Amino acid sequence: MSRNRFLFIIGTVVALIILTVVLGRNDVSPEIVAASMLATTLRFATPITLGALAGLFCERSGVVNIAIEGMMLAAAFGAWLAAALTQSLAIGIAVGILTGMLMGLLHAWLSVTFKVDQIVSGTVINILAIGLTGFLDTQLLSKLRESGLKSAGLLPQLPIPILSDLPVIGPIFRQQPIAWVSVILVIIAHYVLFYTRWGLRTRAVGENPRAADTVGIKVKWMRYANVLIGAGIAGLGGAYFTLEAVPSFETLITNGRGFIALAALIFGGWTPFGAWAAALLFGAANALQINAQQFGVPISSQIIGMFPYLLTIIVLAGVIGRAVPPAADGVPYETE
Amino acid sequence: MNAQMFRRLGRAVLLPFLSIFTALLVGGVIIWLSGPKLNGDWFGVKFVLDGYAGLFLGAFGTQKAIIGTLVRATPLIFAGLAVALAFRCGLFNIGVEGQLALGALFAAWVGVNLAGLPAILHLPLTLLAGALGGFLWGMIPGALKARTGAHEVITTIMLNYIAAQIAGYLLTGPWRDPNPTNVTAQTSKIADAARLPMLLPGLHWGVVLAFLAAVAVWYFLWKTTWGFEIRTVGANASAAKYAGINVARNIILAMALGGMLAGLGGAVQVSGVNYRSTLGFNIGYGFDGIAIALLGRTTPLGVVLAALLFGGLRNGATLMQFRTQISADIISVIQALILIFVAAEQIIRWLYHVPKQRDEVGQAALSKGWGKS
Repeated sequence: MSRNRFLFIIGTVVALIILTVVLGRNDVSPEIVAASMLATTLRFATPITLGALAGLFCERSGVVNIAIEGMMLAAAFGAWLAAALTQSLAIGIAVGILTGMLMGLLHAWLSVTFKVDQIVSGTVINILAIGLTGFLDTQLLSKLRESGLKSAGLLPQLPIPILSDLPVIGPIFRQQPIAWVSVILVIIAHYVLFYTRWGLRTRAVGENPRAADTVGIKVKWMRYANVLIGAGIAGLGGAYFTLEAVPSFETLITNGRGFIALAALIFGGWTPFGAWAAALLFGAANALQINAQQFGVPISSQIIGMFPYLLTIIVLAGVIGRAVPPAADGVPYETE
Repeated sequence: MNAQMFRRLGRAVLLPFLSIFTALLVGGVIIWLSGPKLNGDWFGVKFVLDGYAGLFLGAFGTQKAIIGTLVRATPLIFAGLAVALAFRCGLFNIGVEGQLALGALFAAWVGVNLAGLPAILHLPLTLLAGALGGFLWGMIPGALKARTGAHEVITTIMLNYIAAQIAGYLLTGPWRDPNPTNVTAQTSKIADAARLPMLLPGLHWGVVLAFLAAVAVWYFLWKTTWGFEIRTVGANASAAKYAGINVARNIILAMALGGMLAGLGGAVQVSGVNYRSTLGFNIGYGFDGIAIALLGRTTPLGVVLAALLFGGLRNGATLMQFRTQISADIISVIQALILIFVAAEQIIRWLYHVPKQRDEVGQAALSKGWGKS
């Protein structure tokens, strides 16, 4: 993505944090406010980063994915249930990833094999996820909870030894596992997508599947694989909600974060680092909303709450420069 | 009607009908899997049948049930029309939820604050206010798409969330019902003069408005020049542009009119059912509208029939839950399944060996990815 855009995003993140410090109550020290905001920003950015990476792989191979929300919701449910049943958080994470991949399989099946319009397919997955999790929540979970099913708890924080003791920026380095994984995945995704043969083939399939086909790349196979990888990452993002954020499942716990992740992807120009920067921005806005009350920022919480969504629209309207999607994004591939 | 028209009608209805049937079948399997298996219960099958019996009885079985279904279907008709109209222009209107909310807010404001007007003025003003609110909320993503290429899928979804925040702010703050007994986020009740009168006990005139809206949409799309332009843009935007049609203006118009329909739906709910605007009453109508529009093949008649079906399912779900403890959320699952089978009609064709007729047109691609964003 363009340098200007990247700098603008980071600049806005910093501005938001400064804003919170400045507008906050005088009795809370600015160091505490800044530290809290920084740490919370990274934490809240986690599901959005993962969702954006999920969308990245799908869309780079040419499959539009607006079902990130549904994948994360289903995975959140599956992860919690598995973790609670086995009292093992690791199994919970694994099941979360698998659930995401299952939804991804459906999406790929509908849009690659049946060539259903990819936005319809994505919408179907969202509706299915909302319906299934809601149904199973009332039908299954409440009965299980009554018979003593308890949460497996939350994933513990993994602080980085020396860095986490630094003043002000120390708290940034005390994050839970999935948050760390999300940052690592950004770097891995960047490397894989732009420095490996697999990534080259993926991008080829997304830009010009016809040409890729003539060179011998199996277009449908690549699309299936990338959708499944993306969906697995989305599954990890879903696991964040019920295994890292709060130790329980509620209906619609994802609350639109999947769509914001998609916006972050577009905002970031379909690149890993760009999407991450955008995710940090949304995380900061989210953190501001949560911390505003605590630090006495005198703006109504709903007005602040609008900020991420307004920002997305402003970005999409190209106010900060246009982004170009993969050329064959959204077009089902016809083998002639 | 001659035999050929019957056959064409039959073929048009066959696939949606089979989709619904198969979805109910799969839904039945899910219910069976999650239900109790008691002795003398045919391995739990009777449980499923009891559930579905309750569902259909609650939907269409008694006069009270039918009235309930019609009332439930009314906002769904508006939502489906809103989505279908946008589809016809090649646009994806996922913003019905927000447009409905804005319409309800505008309508509630007029209903509460212009009290004292005679009904012959107040009621139409209330409904028009709702239409205006939805119109504006639909125009925004339309204008963004037309002028900047911002894809309407994301902008409408974002506007949904913004609308929710606006509603949250207004309904817990300035517009909150000041009545000391009120503890929920809602406006005061609207004036009597702003309420839709009842056609039958429990059945308000909003139902008639919904049907009229469907007729109006049909007329607009197929009998007017504007409608023709919108449909042409939807079929092939480049060809439309070459023919001299102002594509940008039609995109804005289609989204704005869709929003207007959704806003009107919200106003009808305020004026006919709740008599106030409550927080969150609009949740779910967005996706329902999409499902109904697709199931009804984006035609007004199809939308009405699909809305009646969905309204019936939701209405019947309450009785089903009451009788058999099956959670009403299964309806969302069944709806999703219906949608899957409608969208991927090859599955249905394969299952029931329905061959493709020569004159049948496959489902046109509704969108082409993100375009240049």
